[in-house]
Amino acid sequence: MKTRVFSLFLMCLVFQSIMFGQAKDMVLIEGSRYLPLYGRDSTVVAVKDFKMDMYPVSIKDYETFLKENPKWRKSQVKGLFADKSYLSNWESDLKMNDFVNPNSPITNVSWFAAKAYCECQDKRLPTVDEWEYAAMADETTKDARVKPEYNARILAWYEEPRKEYIIGESPKNVWGVYDLHGLVWEWTLDFNSVLITGESRKDTDTDSNLFCGSASINATDLMNYAAFMRYAIRGSLQAKNSMKNLGFRCVKDVEKLK
Amino acid sequence: MEEKQASYENAEDIPVNQEMMAELTAPPHVPTPIGRRKAKKLKVNMEILEQEGEMTDGVRYNYWTFGGSVPGSFIRTRVGDEVEFTLSNHPDNKLPHNIDLHAVTGPGGGAESSFVAPGFEKTFSFKTLNPGLFVYHCATAPVGMHIANGMYGLILVEPEGGLPPVDKEYYIMQGDFYTKGKNGERGLQPFDMQKAVDENADYVVFNGSVDGLTGDNAITAQVGETVRLYVGNGGPNLVSSFHVIGEIFDKVYVEGGDLINENIQTTLIPAGGAAIVEFRVDVPGSLVLVDHSIFRAFNKGALGILNVEGEENEKIYSGETYEGIYHPEGPGIQSMPTTDEIVESEIPAKSFEEQMEFGKQVYMQTCFACHQGEGQGIPNAFPPLAKSDYLNADVNRAISAVVNGLSGEITVNGNTYNSVMTRQMISSEEVANVLTYVYNSWGNNKQVVTTEMVNKVKNK
Repeated sequence: MKTRVFSLFLMCLVFQSIMFGQAKDMVLIEGSRYLPLYGRDSTVVAVKDFKMDMYPVSIKDYETFLKENPKWRKSQVKGLFADKSYLSNWESDLKMNDFVNPNSPITNVSWFAAKAYCECQDKRLPTVDEWEYAAMADETTKDARVKPEYNARILAWYEEPRKEYIIGESPKNVWGVYDLHGLVWEWTLDFNSVLITGESRKDTDTDSNLFCGSASINATDLMNYAAFMRYAIRGSLQAKNSMKNLGFRCVKDVEKLK
Repeated sequence: MEEKQASYENAEDIPVNQEMMAELTAPPHVPTPIGRRKAKKLKVNMEILEQEGEMTDGVRYNYWTFGGSVPGSFIRTRVGDEVEFTLSNHPDNKLPHNIDLHAVTGPGGGAESSFVAPGFEKTFSFKTLNPGLFVYHCATAPVGMHIANGMYGLILVEPEGGLPPVDKEYYIMQGDFYTKGKNGERGLQPFDMQKAVDENADYVVFNGSVDGLTGDNAITAQVGETVRLYVGNGGPNLVSSFHVIGEIFDKVYVEGGDLINENIQTTLIPAGGAAIVEFRVDVPGSLVLVDHSIFRAFNKGALGILNVEGEENEKIYSGETYEGIYHPEGPGIQSMPTTDEIVESEIPAKSFEEQMEFGKQVYMQTCFACHQGEGQGIPNAFPPLAKSDYLNADVNRAISAVVNGLSGEITVNGNTYNSVMTRQMISSEEVANVLTYVYNSWGNNKQVVTTEMVNKVKNK
């Protein structure tokens, strides 16, 4: 058993360089200090430099991953790591429905699966802070949250009925990252560390480290309701859940040259 | 054998034996009365759907709904029922949701136990302890936005033995909506958070849209029948001064509770509150349901119709007995005061077909009441537009009538009319559209009117 796990791991390592030579599709996000919507005591958070995938993981990418990692196929995945909605829109273990464009973002994946995918490539899922930090940029500004049209554009997507989307069709942001908004929700590493509980109106309890979703004393920007929704969706999920509108992308630490 | 009808001091102790599925209805309908049925385990299955709908002609809105309607499905229970509630969030939805039922005694009214992501469902149970009419709504962050998008409805908990029988029961719920565009601006209108925070509603409506309770959606009764309205107010912001024009409420269950007030003209319904009103309809006609904060009714949509059919009763109401013309200020053109200039539409008509479509919308909003659906007019009062010799003879005169108003005696198709048409406060493009619609309908001469033609008459 040990050997099998080890060989799988080895395969991951070997194939990562051949199959997923995707480091070229990553861009550097220069870290800085920023004020998130929520945070412990709403203080400024420091984000270190990191590299982020330019695109969310596509169906095609994920198929490749499944070919190399049978344990993440839907017939073989452990119930602990993925519930019944995992890849529920797939025809079979390795085949998505024909009518779906392979360049659509992969969805219906659990947090465990997304995490494993990234680790297989020597990457990891972004933290909430990293994701929110990169996603507060628009095409020209690193922190576009003050611009009314930035918020309006994100909300337009939230309010639009679901349709099929293709990766990379909207303009990239100032970092060179595509589709952080307007395509699918994305998993983050610590998606449930800042919680909006089911009863979002009482999350003001300072003892519980929970932060309110509606009229909070902890939120820094009560008008940023686009961000509220992202925190809400994260709070509604468990790691084994997956959703039709939820995908992911990976990031990588950057060793600073001294 | 549990035959004897024991009375229980605590509703908590009322036993339930059988299971049944709750009947859920979309507004304006309500499920069958509970009457004397015993307390049961009542299963309620409700689905959340985020879906596009029409706020008013040409104005689209992305509603978030409980059960596919705004307000959501009506739930009917009795005291002592054990409600097993399953909330399902459709996989195509974008957002997590939950439900807070004001009929629940427990944290968040159930919100805590029902927070559910798209593609999942959650079940929780509660015992109905207090009789009354209660609001339910979504309580997911940002709470105000979920309510503003239509996520509210009513749950009725009937007392032991049921409510007294009536002939007709209906479900009506007011809500205020906030759109990026102004009232009437066409296209898919996104929610406007700033307007919502400012409590500056663009639409205040019954049953989810401007026509939610008019036209085909109007409710009906026969003379002599007793009518019970379950009236809720989803808000999110505005309280309602609920009133029925031409009726007096014989009975109001104040705020949906036990207190009964009688002989009421207007009852106040708080946001997140409800009332039950009852009255007997005595004479035929159209009763108009309004929020008597009256600009909401006539300018923002809070208007519904109860059509009563049956025999006239002149002892109660005589109807019109005399008609004459009274001109204290002499005949002249009246105009509505206005402070805003008229804005041109941001979505101009691009083709004849669009001109016809938009023109029809303007017609239905502005001209319909006097000139009627088929342009037939009203004899002796408003001239016909259908096959109208007056209209077809001179297009500039017709434009002028719309933009400048018209008064004095005119002859149309051989009949004389002497009434006043006020100047219409609509944009040049809307004038062009509506006249094109009129000229290309009901046997007229198929004239196409352009904005330029309208502006020429305006600037004369």
